[in-house]
Amino acid sequence: MKNRTVRTAVLGAACAALLSSAACGSGFDDDKAAAPAQQSGGPAHLQILIGSSGDAETTAVKDAAAAWAKKSGSTATVTPAQDLAQQLGQAFAGDNPPDVFYVDASRFADYASVGALEPYADKLSGASDFYPSLRTTFTYDGTFYCAPKDFSTLALVINDDLWAKAGLGEGDVPTTWDQLTAVSEKLKAEGVTPLAIADTRDRVGAFLVQAGGWITSPDGKQATADSPENLKALQYVQSLLKDKLAQFPSQLDAGWGGEAFGKGKAAMTVEGNWIKGALKADFPDVKYSVHELPAGPKGKGTLSFTNCWGISAKSKYKQQAIDFVEAMTTVDQQMTFARAFGVMPSRQSAKDVYTKEFPADGPFVNGADYAQGPVNAPKMDSVLADFDTGIQKLASSDPKALLERVQKNTQAALG
Amino acid sequence: MADTAPAPAPVSPRAARPGPRLSAAVRENIAGWLFVAPVVVILGLFLLLPILMAMWVSLTDWNGQGSPFRSGVPFVGLDNYTRLFTEDGLARQDFMTSVRNNFYYVAIVVPAQTVLALGLAVIVNNRMLKGKTFFRAAFFFPSVTSSVAISVVFLFIFANSGAVTSLLKLFGIDGPQWFSDSRGVLHLLLGGLGLVDPADPPAALTSGGPFGLSWWEWLSGPSVAMCTIIMLVVWTTSGTFMLMFLAALQDIPVTLEEAGMLDGAGRWQQFRHITLPLLKPTLFLVLTLGLIATWQVFDQVYVMSQGNPAKTTLTPAFLSYQTAFRSFEYGSGTAISFVLFAIIVVLALLQRWIMRDRDPARRTRRS
Repeated sequence: MKNRTVRTAVLGAACAALLSSAACGSGFDDDKAAAPAQQSGGPAHLQILIGSSGDAETTAVKDAAAAWAKKSGSTATVTPAQDLAQQLGQAFAGDNPPDVFYVDASRFADYASVGALEPYADKLSGASDFYPSLRTTFTYDGTFYCAPKDFSTLALVINDDLWAKAGLGEGDVPTTWDQLTAVSEKLKAEGVTPLAIADTRDRVGAFLVQAGGWITSPDGKQATADSPENLKALQYVQSLLKDKLAQFPSQLDAGWGGEAFGKGKAAMTVEGNWIKGALKADFPDVKYSVHELPAGPKGKGTLSFTNCWGISAKSKYKQQAIDFVEAMTTVDQQMTFARAFGVMPSRQSAKDVYTKEFPADGPFVNGADYAQGPVNAPKMDSVLADFDTGIQKLASSDPKALLERVQKNTQAALG
Repeated sequence: MADTAPAPAPVSPRAARPGPRLSAAVRENIAGWLFVAPVVVILGLFLLLPILMAMWVSLTDWNGQGSPFRSGVPFVGLDNYTRLFTEDGLARQDFMTSVRNNFYYVAIVVPAQTVLALGLAVIVNNRMLKGKTFFRAAFFFPSVTSSVAISVVFLFIFANSGAVTSLLKLFGIDGPQWFSDSRGVLHLLLGGLGLVDPADPPAALTSGGPFGLSWWEWLSGPSVAMCTIIMLVVWTTSGTFMLMFLAALQDIPVTLEEAGMLDGAGRWQQFRHITLPLLKPTLFLVLTLGLIATWQVFDQVYVMSQGNPAKTTLTPAFLSYQTAFRSFEYGSGTAISFVLFAIIVVLALLQRWIMRDRDPARRTRRS
């Protein structure tokens, strides 16, 4: 009996500890935090979390932030994230998010829909100067939330040596699907894998756009996966895969298209402008040229990838943060970033300067005019991951069934 | 006789103390609890409390903004759990796929690593073996190496132009593309035997099945990619379990073996009727630890495949992580981990029941 009393007492103490820490847990998130006291003028202490592509980017952003801090009398601490999505998730959960952070376009709707982002973008000077396709990417429920940092598009990268070996010249660069099939057959006859394309919607999706389809409607409210256009696109990709005219990088022993391409295992690949830096670093001897993706039945189409400068809705220094983003997105600053780590400026007014300085990047920049951004709707991550799974099995499965599945899942996710 | 006069009753030291009297048992209890208090507090604060908090999260639709313990967080009851079992949707499909994958993984890894560990232990316990220390160290080595490092090495070994494929080529076998091959080995086996055509499975199997997956999908077996992870894990963990078996083997008195030998038992009979029964507690330990660890497999999947190809290496532990931290569906993610916990507890209890001591019954039957 006594034994039980003691046990009860200990349990009681444990419960008390539990309750008190639960209370602590709820102590720092009341309504005060929802509308933090704004400090709209004077020096600020900005925390900036970036998902850096490498040392070059980290250094460039740190330098730019230091220059801004010096000019404005504030401090700006730039932290490169190990895993941006996870670290941001933890910071939001802990109610202590950084003031400014990168937001990946594919996750943008997730953040915007839960109210984590401050919709500031229209307050920037020259907000209409950003490419329209990028503005759409960062628009949720009709509000343009955050300023695109820079962008990349997909293009067709061709290995010049393998190209010449198959007896192909400059005039043979494919501009339509039929031509793509034709040159691929020639390359295959030479014993070269014609095309390395990653097994994800981020590459195969370009064919959907070229056929005039996409997974969701432009406003992100309706599922449009199960359409004849998408079916045509997947059937075409399937025909390439079945005839081994296209292979996935993992089938070519590579982690991504650029690696397969750099190793000379494929004559063509569909990748973005990041491939320049990768080829320069890892495969400096490969001679290559970049071309716009071949057009499909409904014209040209490519995909764009971008990050925006997100400002936390819970930041204490929103005004200063906007000022910071303003400084980061000037044409001059964007050109500095472009030189440092090979991204393309998100402002249209920087296009001419950029193409003059990097003439070989014309096909990537031109893609901005007809590019489709990532699916702009919340809760789509697992649906799209499931679509990727279907694409991995595309060679041996029914495209129609795959699209029906994506349609069903998208409808469920969009609610 | 002054000597025989009764001595005064000994005064208990306790009686001399003022205040309420506690019996010895209670005081011992209090002392005991005081001694374990630090551990109880630490365990409660860092283990029990987070578990209870997670349990709360699994009952909500918390989106990861702010604390999950404020009033605005929507309480959804058991929705996150029912979605995993009764609602036809992506959540259930992913979860059931992960359970299927992990089931095949456990069904192969646990017996394989146990048999291998026991075999190795018997070998290195052999008194005749030369260089015993070397072999013990060699077999144990994979267990002390970081699982991430080993996973990366396996990625190279099983690459399409890696050591394994090249070795198979020497024998004229065109090996599979290990990490991009999502075909189930059971499917391949059935196809190889000519029973079923994997490209066109019978409608009876594809038309229906429990929990949103068709029978055909349930019967896929581990994928080729999963098999590489299975090989890796069997190889790394058998060393640890070998150590446990070895310790138990060395506890077995030599006299018993000698007695068996005198009675004319052969080597196999000795092993079967003397060694194995004495190893039963260790066997139980190894099986239980194996069962728990294999249901929780995470790091190999995280490093090697991230659930790919075609979700065939997706496991509940990894799916839970992915759902919570990638899709911000913390409720679903924690619900998955609690279901996983339940699966492990049920299976451990089942295993305990199967391996329960039946000896008394047998003895009565004999007498």
